[in-house]
Amino acid sequence: MSVTREEVAKIASLARINVDEKDLDHMVPEFNNILAWVEQLGEVDTSSVEPMTAVIEQKLRLRDDVVDADPLTGGGKRDAILANAPVAEHGFFGVPKVIE
Amino acid sequence: MTDLTSLGVREIRDGVANGAFSAVEVAEAFNAAVAAAAQLNAFIVTTPDHALEAAKKVDADRAAGKELGKMAGVPIGMKDLFATKHVQTTAASHILEGFKPEYESTVSQKLWDAGAGMLGKLNLDQFAMGSSNETSYFGDVANPWRRNDGGNAKLAPGGSSGGSSAAVAARIAPAATGTDTGGSIRQPAAFTGISGIKPTYGRCSRWGIVAFASSLDQAGPMARSVEDCAIMLEAMAGFDPKDSTSLELDVPAWAESLNADLKGKRVGIPREYRMDGTDEEILKSWDDGIAWLKDAGAEVVDISLPHTKYALPAYYIVAPAEASSNLARYDGVRYGLRDLPEKAGLQDMYAATRAAGFGDEVKRRILIGTYVLSAGFYDAYYTQAMKVRTLIQRDFEAAWEKCDFVLAPTTPTAAFPLGDKLDDPLAMYLNDVFSVPASLAGLPAMSVPAGLNKDGLPLGLQIVGPAFDEQAVLNAGLAIEQRAGFTAKPEKWW
Amino acid sequence: MSNYRIQGATGEWEVVIGLEVHAQVTSKAKLFSSASTEFGAEPNAQVSLIDAAMPGMLPVPNRECIRQAVRTGMAIEAQINKWSRFDRKNYFYADLPQGYQISQLYHPLVGEGALTIDADEKVGIPEDKVIRIERIHVEQDAGKLMHDQHPTMSYVDLNRTGVALMEIVSRPDMTSPAEAGAYVRKLRSILRYVGSCDGNMEEGSMRADVNVSVRKVGDTELGTRTETKNVNSVRFVMQAIEHEAQRQVDVIEDGGTIVQETRLFDPNTGTTRSMRSKEDAHDYRYFPDPDLLPLELDDAFLEDCRASLPELPDAKRARYTGELGLSDYNARELTAEVETFARFETLLAATAKGIGKPEKDVATQVANWSLSVAPGVIKALGDEADIAHATAERQASILDMQAKGEISGGQAKEIFEIVLKEGRDPAEIADTEGLKQVSDTGAIEEAIDTIIANNADKVEEYRGGKDKLFGFFVGQTMKAMQGKANPAVVNQLLKEKLG
Ligand SMILES: [Mg+2]
Ligand SMILES: [Zn+2]
Repeated sequence: MSVTREEVAKIASLARINVDEKDLDHMVPEFNNILAWVEQLGEVDTSSVEPMTAVIEQKLRLRDDVVDADPLTGGGKRDAILANAPVAEHGFFGVPKVIE
Repeated sequence: MTDLTSLGVREIRDGVANGAFSAVEVAEAFNAAVAAAAQLNAFIVTTPDHALEAAKKVDADRAAGKELGKMAGVPIGMKDLFATKHVQTTAASHILEGFKPEYESTVSQKLWDAGAGMLGKLNLDQFAMGSSNETSYFGDVANPWRRNDGGNAKLAPGGSSGGSSAAVAARIAPAATGTDTGGSIRQPAAFTGISGIKPTYGRCSRWGIVAFASSLDQAGPMARSVEDCAIMLEAMAGFDPKDSTSLELDVPAWAESLNADLKGKRVGIPREYRMDGTDEEILKSWDDGIAWLKDAGAEVVDISLPHTKYALPAYYIVAPAEASSNLARYDGVRYGLRDLPEKAGLQDMYAATRAAGFGDEVKRRILIGTYVLSAGFYDAYYTQAMKVRTLIQRDFEAAWEKCDFVLAPTTPTAAFPLGDKLDDPLAMYLNDVFSVPASLAGLPAMSVPAGLNKDGLPLGLQIVGPAFDEQAVLNAGLAIEQRAGFTAKPEKWW
Repeated sequence: MSNYRIQGATGEWEVVIGLEVHAQVTSKAKLFSSASTEFGAEPNAQVSLIDAAMPGMLPVPNRECIRQAVRTGMAIEAQINKWSRFDRKNYFYADLPQGYQISQLYHPLVGEGALTIDADEKVGIPEDKVIRIERIHVEQDAGKLMHDQHPTMSYVDLNRTGVALMEIVSRPDMTSPAEAGAYVRKLRSILRYVGSCDGNMEEGSMRADVNVSVRKVGDTELGTRTETKNVNSVRFVMQAIEHEAQRQVDVIEDGGTIVQETRLFDPNTGTTRSMRSKEDAHDYRYFPDPDLLPLELDDAFLEDCRASLPELPDAKRARYTGELGLSDYNARELTAEVETFARFETLLAATAKGIGKPEKDVATQVANWSLSVAPGVIKALGDEADIAHATAERQASILDMQAKGEISGGQAKEIFEIVLKEGRDPAEIADTEGLKQVSDTGAIEEAIDTIIANNADKVEEYRGGKDKLFGFFVGQTMKAMQGKANPAVVNQLLKEKLG
């Protein structure tokens, strides 16, 4: 299966990555090369196979319902949360105005 | 006095412990070596103070008669994929440039707790995507090795842990952390004549490691001997309740249990790894490896891993799919780069930020990943790849009926010149053809140096073991190490 | 079948409604981090590194959230899936730090179930109706955007980010705003019984996505639906449906077609409008979250969930009318809210114990007291009443005195008034304030004798067959006793004396 220039542009937009015409010039053939290559997987008969669900056989652990059980997983650290923000005001992150 | 930078992990630790030298002396020696090796571009930032402070603490603890940790007095390089508190953590990307985490990754914290110090944050392929360390926003890393043809062509140190491999091979760090998603510890280790082990998926906590592909990412040590790898892995591994996929198992005493006597062990030689186009010298070193393991007492058995051929394409669906989602958080809102063109709305800001912040290879993989997960294609690509993954897992399960571990080359070629494969993503991806199957199956796998090729470049051999059996892998690695007698080191040109 | 119809220019239309209710799971900590879920904190004060999607952060699920969702599933008699899995729903928005929501698409925790909405003629629900529930899955809540605090920026608060939600998805089984309202109320009641959600709609603990389509009466195919997001009260759900159904009919009858889209409800106008920010067609690229293993529940866990389930609304109502002999009306009123039945049952137990009779013998008295007498007194007192004074013991003591004839109904109210104002003991109030009935036959006989003597003519008439005059004698006696005589004793003595 081969994708068109428009489709690559659409995927880029879905992935929120701006691309211009020049980018697309090299992206489209690269994209199609890789796709053509991965499509050899279609040769494999997987009709009686389940997709892998766990790399290593183990069960999901559940944690106890404890607030701020560990400073690394808990809240109450607004300064740390905002420390690297490009725009932080009055305890909030700032983003360009969103119209809903 | 010995050149302290020629020493490995155990030698440094024991020397510090028995007073042959102080930890501070060691830290200063490596800090100086790091500072003098800027040409390698192995580090994105250096942290001499961190190394020194840790060393001072070890010296003080020793003076106070306190028990010292497994890595006491050993300064190491930290791949810049591990979050380090208040020290810039970039994943070699522009989008995270300047990001200083308010937290420490579990693995790095464990290393500091074991007495190690940090020389700096090591360069890597951007978001660990690459096999040559050429996708870093902070420039290529040069392999300290050069061909013996008298030319000065800079070679790739492998990737993505290329800063780690270069630093350890150049003796500017006795050891370094790496992460391995499809071969990112083993391939650079092979390219630089050092050892590196990717443990069983879940052995090392992923908490605080910038995620590339969650179901594949595993941290591991890179060092110049099997024993050093074992010691450092013990310090890095262990159950972490903050990682749902962390193995709830005790960490075995791998280093203490090292044993190169392989009597009664069977080594499997997978016939599908004899691929067309594999370098003759690589095949020759594989044969050497088989002979060494025989010599160590192992029985050689021919095995089949029938789906080997499909591992790489499956990997290049699964890893980009997970990456496309894992990297969605880099959006210019909470940390890192923000590119806000005039009059841009929120979604425009995302697209501009991500266009400016991600390199070409990262974008390529995000796009592939976005595509294979999108409506109408999910089953044909992602589900099929995860089914193939099951088949690859089963291949190994069947192999363990016949053998205790597998021996194969680590890479299809020796290190190649920087720039050689940059324009051909597929050629670059093929570097991982031998390493990816073990990654897809979550198995422990290691690369150890096997010798030099006719160009004077190191070649690596790979050992893959059953899940949880790092000991089998380390033992076989030790048997090879003892027989390969690999003592060559790159001539200093930097 | 509901008879809700929209009269269009081209004929009669019916409406088809499905609801996706997002209910916040009652838990102390978030679904995948240990940050607090408490409502009303300072912005970003309850945000962990995980919630803010810092690089390298990983989710670990909260057992309590899973347990509550399973219990909720059991309460609607749904299939509980012992094997489920978390998926990522990928999209970009400022309230979604990870760039994906961890949810469950392919293998939800809870499968098919149902609940019954109760007949209510007044609102056009002629009989009980079963509404099927397709699934309940567990997912993360998003953060909050503030749009009016800065001229060019929106502010992002991540306190809600990562709070556990149950998304409860109904089948399109509702056909009128009233049914939808009844469904939300019933669901809320069940959640509150179970204790898996506080049902506080103002604080956003429950929000509904309202799926509406219309079709001509008699058509069997479903029309194109719209989804109106995050409607946060029963009234608004009903308004949104009314408006949206009418709008759709208007569009179609004007020759237009309905676009499948996401809409927003404006509570100020009661109308819905298209959501600009969600305009581009979403491709969520769901896939299993590779940070999380499949969720496997064992029998012990499920058994524990089941054992912890309380008596549920339908069962409780049936017991109230059956075992306790309450009227349908009383049973329905008493079982509607958790607080109501909890107060009732405590008071019932205390009263039965005090009087020494089985609960069923005093249930109607306690029900009437709980539903009309006590609320009436409280309401009349307004701010003067301190509800905290109205303990079960005090109320039981009033009911006890009344049942024994020591106080009249009016006295019971007066005593309760004083209890509410001053928190004193009812028996003591009855004594010191003289709020007691006289059952002492001597005093009553004396009063009756005087009245008979003073009203010889009326006595004559009564004895001559004018039975209605009995009331006159009762009234006179009560008046003479200043209203404090036990009516039963008065009646009995009058009958004896008048012959
Ligand atoms: Mg919805
Ligand atoms: Zn939802």
